[in-house]
Parts: sequence; C-alpha cells; structure tokens
Amino acid sequence: MSTTTDTAAARPAASVKKARPGGSSAGAWLLATPLAIVLGIFLVIPILMLVIVSFLDYNSVQILWSFVVQNYIDAVSSSATWETFAVTLKYAVITWAITLFLGFWLSYFLAFEVRGAAWQMGLFLVCSIPFLTSNIIRTISWIPALGRNGIVNSVLLHFHLIHQPLTFLLYSQFAIILAFVHLNTLFMVTPIFNSMMRIDRTLIEAARDNGAGFWQTIVNVILPLSKTGIGIGTIFVITLVMGDFVSVSIMGGGQSASVGIMIQNEMSQLQYPAAAANAVILLAIVLIMVFLILRVVDIRKEL
Amino acid sequence: MRRALWRALPVTTTPEGRAIVTTVLDVELISVTKRYGNTTAVSDISLRIPRGSYCCLLGPSGCGKTSTLRMIAGHEDISDGDVIIAGQNVGNLPPVKRGTAMMFQNYALFPHLNCVDNVAFGLKMRGVGKAERRAEASKLLAMVEMEKYAARLPAQLSGGQQQRVALARALITRPKVLLLDEPLSALDPFLRGTMREELKRLQRELGISFIHVTHSQEEALALADLVVVMDHGIIVQSGPPQEIFNRPATAFVARFMGGHNVIRQDSGAVAVRADRCRIGMMDSALVGAGGIGGAVCSIEYLGTVVKVGIETETTGEVVALVPDDQFFASPLTLGETTRLTWATADAHPVTL
Repeated sequence: MSTTTDTAAARPAASVKKARPGGSSAGAWLLATPLAIVLGIFLVIPILMLVIVSFLDYNSVQILWSFVVQNYIDAVSSSATWETFAVTLKYAVITWAITLFLGFWLSYFLAFEVRGAAWQMGLFLVCSIPFLTSNIIRTISWIPALGRNGIVNSVLLHFHLIHQPLTFLLYSQFAIILAFVHLNTLFMVTPIFNSMMRIDRTLIEAARDNGAGFWQTIVNVILPLSKTGIGIGTIFVITLVMGDFVSVSIMGGGQSASVGIMIQNEMSQLQYPAAAANAVILLAIVLIMVFLILRVVDIRKEL
Repeated sequence: MRRALWRALPVTTTPEGRAIVTTVLDVELISVTKRYGNTTAVSDISLRIPRGSYCCLLGPSGCGKTSTLRMIAGHEDISDGDVIIAGQNVGNLPPVKRGTAMMFQNYALFPHLNCVDNVAFGLKMRGVGKAERRAEASKLLAMVEMEKYAARLPAQLSGGQQQRVALARALITRPKVLLLDEPLSALDPFLRGTMREELKRLQRELGISFIHVTHSQEEALALADLVVVMDHGIIVQSGPPQEIFNRPATAFVARFMGGHNVIRQDSGAVAVRADRCRIGMMDSALVGAGGIGGAVCSIEYLGTVVKVGIETETTGEVVALVPDDQFFASPLTLGETTRLTWATADAHPVTL
C-alpha cells in the first residue's frame, strides 16, 4: 500500500519524465501477477521437480529419497546417450536447414510476389490449414502414402518407374525428416513472413536504383532485414525437433532413436530419476542453443 | 571534392577562337505515356531538359509528375514513347544503365547499414573493394557535411541528416541526372529552406541535371532553371520560372502559382499579378487601363503589404496586394464599393 501513496506523492515530479523504466509501481506488479502465477505453477515448479528427481536414487520399483549424481554419471558415461543426442541433433540441423530454405522462399513469395494484402493473408491462412488437425494424425497420415504398398510406391510401380517398392520411404530417417519438415515449416514461415512484411518496399527499389540485381538484393537487403524472423523460426524448429518423440517413433517405426524416445523408454521402465537427468541435459543443450541464437539475433526488434 | 565539376560543360570553339557552350540535352521525353490499366497517368508528354539544368516538375497530387519521374528513373515501365538520357534511348534499361540515380521521398536508407555503408552500397553492388568504397563514401559524406555521423545507423539520425545521407548515396554512382521525389516535403520549414539552398549549390557545383518533383510552387520558383507545370497527366506549361510566374499560359497555372487574379472579361480571361493591381483611384496612372468594380470583402495587414479582397459580380473575389504606406494613406473599409485596376502591360491573356 505504501508504494501506492509514494507513487501518488511523487507524481508531479515524475510526470515530467513520464513512466520510469524499471519502476516498481504497485500497478505494474499487479499486472504481472497472473502470468507469474501461471508460469510458476506450470513451468517453474515442474522444472524444479524435474531437477530434484534427477538427483534421486532409484531401484527397479521405486524412487529412493537420497541425493546422488549417479544418474548424470550413467547418462554421460553411456555411449548410447551420446549417439542418441547426436542423432537427435542431426535431425534438428537437417530439419532446420530444409525448413529455413522453404520458409524463406515461401515468405518471400507471399511478401514480395503476391500483390494485395487480401491475397497475402488468404494464402498465409491456407498455409496454416494443416494445423487444424493434431500433429500425431498428420504424422500417421504419411503411412498410407509412403508404405510398401502405399500411394507413392503404387504410382511409381504403375508407371514402371521402379520395379521394386522403395523401402526407404517409410520407417527410415528420410521419413522422420519428411515428417519434421511437414510439421515445422509453418513455424519458420510465420516469423520470417512477419519480418519481411515490415521491410519498406522502397528499400527494394532503392537497392535496384543502386544497381543491385535480384540476388544482390536478397543477400544485401532482404536477408539481413529478415534475420530476426529467421532467428525466431530457428528457435521454434530447433526446440520442437529436439524435444520430439512421437514423430520419430511413428515415422522411424521403432527403429530410430531420439532423446525423447530414450526418456520415454526410461519412464516406461519406471526409471524416473534417469529420465529426469536426461531431460535436464536435453533442456540445458536446447537452452544453450537458444542462447547462441539470441547472441546472433536481437528478437526484441520484432516486438 | 566540393569544387570539382564532375562534368565540364560542352564547349566548342568558333573559327574566330571564341568559346561557346553548345546546348546538349540531358533528358528528352518524346510522346511519353503511362497507363495503369484503364487510367492514363501521363498522357503523351514531350520535354527537353538541357544539360546541367535544375528542372522542377510541379503540379498538384495526381497530376502525373511522380509517374514521369519514375519512368525517367526506370522504376516504372513506359507505356508509350521514348525517354532519351544523354543521347541514349533508355527504353526499359535498369536505373544504373541509364546514368540516373534517385533520391526517394522517405529517403529509403537501409536500416541495417550505417551511413558510410549506406552510401557505399552502390559501389558494393559494382564489386568495389571494402576499403576503396568506404573511402569514396566518406568523401561523399564530407560533401554533404555528414562525415561525423559515418558510423551511425539511419534510425539514429534526424530527418534532415537522413536526407543528406540519401543524397550522398544517390550521388556515389556519379549519375548524369539526379532524380528527387519530393525531397523537401518531409522536413520542417526551417530545414526545408536550408536544404533548398544546399540542393541548388550542389547542382551548380556538380554540373549535372537535377529533376525535382514538388507540389510547392515556391520551391520550384526558388530552385528551377526550368519549371514544368503538370496537370491531369499533361504538361500545361514549361519554361524559366519568371516566365511561368509572369506569363501563366492558363488559368490553372495562374491559380496554381498563386499571387494572381484570373479575371474574366468580354475579350477573354486575363491573369494579373495581385501585387501589380491597385485599388480605386490611388494611382492615377493606372486609371482606365483595366479595371473591375466590386465591394471590399476582406482586409488583411501582412506587414509590408495589405491584402485587399474585392467581391466582384463577374469573377468572384479578386485580390490586390497594396504596399502598406499606400493603403494607409487612404484606407478602405469593409463593404465599401471600389475598383481594382491594373496596367494593360500587366494583364496576360490566359486560356481557361
């Protein structure tokens, strides 16, 4: 309460400078409270529990209340863990590269080639239609298309383009990457499109006036001014792919590993502390990646 | 840098050894037309701009002046006709191949590049090395007195400073013709005056042609060697500023340039400068030369002159700008019946 009176008393002086950044007025705290409560209950407390559990001992039937670092030692000393992290990272990087390529050019087309805001927004909404169904369903629906007797193989066989069904289409790394790209491209398109829509059209004309050709304009004007969108899209795609286990288990047919699947397996064997330790390691790796991206791109520009 | 002329004027020597400057055109428009779908923005205009001119395209919004500029710049396709720049028919050549450079109305500086890199952009596109292009850009920044701000981003500059950078960026490719799209409209009145002088000085020193689009007649009169008044996609009148102001060809030009009365008479309409008009019998030399009767409907004291409005039956309100001493020697009152008079030599026939 005293804060309120202080602020009120200080108002005549403060009104000259307008709102002080970082000022601790009661109103500001009140406004921040609902989000703080939601994030506290649904983010901070679960992560704290995760961290605590990761330091607990366990046997085959229960968690034992004693502090150990054995879970982390087990995780980092196992070559399987390293390989799993490596393969997950590989999926993330390949998916990122493909979605970036697609996202950039789709956004470029929407932002600079399509004329009229109505068409731009219309086509952009079309991009988001697949998101009306769950991503598990969207992943599963690839199976009839890519399977041994699926649509793709049937068509290719029918036109005698192949003589044996292609087996790499499903339950393979190809299938996993395909699903990831399908699921995540929009997360790249949206922020890049947003960045590109903010680029003043006369800048393109100014570049042309200064003698820039198409590629020179892309490299020297559009790409640097889309950097923020690319950064945000990269964060989305990397975090979604690093944490995935559904797409990998469906499209990999149980033969491919990912950190998500590894954690899920440990949980199904009631090894909660081991799962928690791997989850904390994964979280740390993803946070480091996000931190590095933020070092390169100032996303506050977009807000 | 400042004193160096980029291009010397074309001089030929007569048999007697006397040097004469030959008239060469920088820009020539031949029956140029611009259509957008069914609407015609620029309709069959022809114009000759001599080398080293300051040319102002003047007119109200929607008159086709910006479309004309953009066609010269190569940012707009020409629907019909030819644009010839320094003797070359440019057709649909890209801007750099024309030897033109444009300064955009909102300056269009690249927000992610600092001043020196903004200015150096054109050279970078030509593959000039980093050190060399930055050195050249610094020279141009110095020319517009912006060398202190070389490392700043455009967002850290005021409007006037951004404009100077934009000017340097347009000039770095050493264009034969600089195109300016309403360059002063975004500035405050004080800066506008300063920048106006500076543009004129630069144009003189560089010896290249400037084509400047504006809707301000004051700007056009102050800057131009050649004023081109446009309306509804056509050129209504073009010529030196004194000619446009003193002898407007049409009632539109007279009204647009301002300071004129367009008076309908039995013999046709005439335009008379308001400052050449007199009221009543104050100046006996003018009596009988030309005149129109009416009632005084407004009196505004403007310092050096008094603006007197007279409501007439035939032409509506006409205005006389009377020197203050003359007015106060025999002041008028509102509603008083009087005559507006002028010398015959000051009345120029105009088409309505």
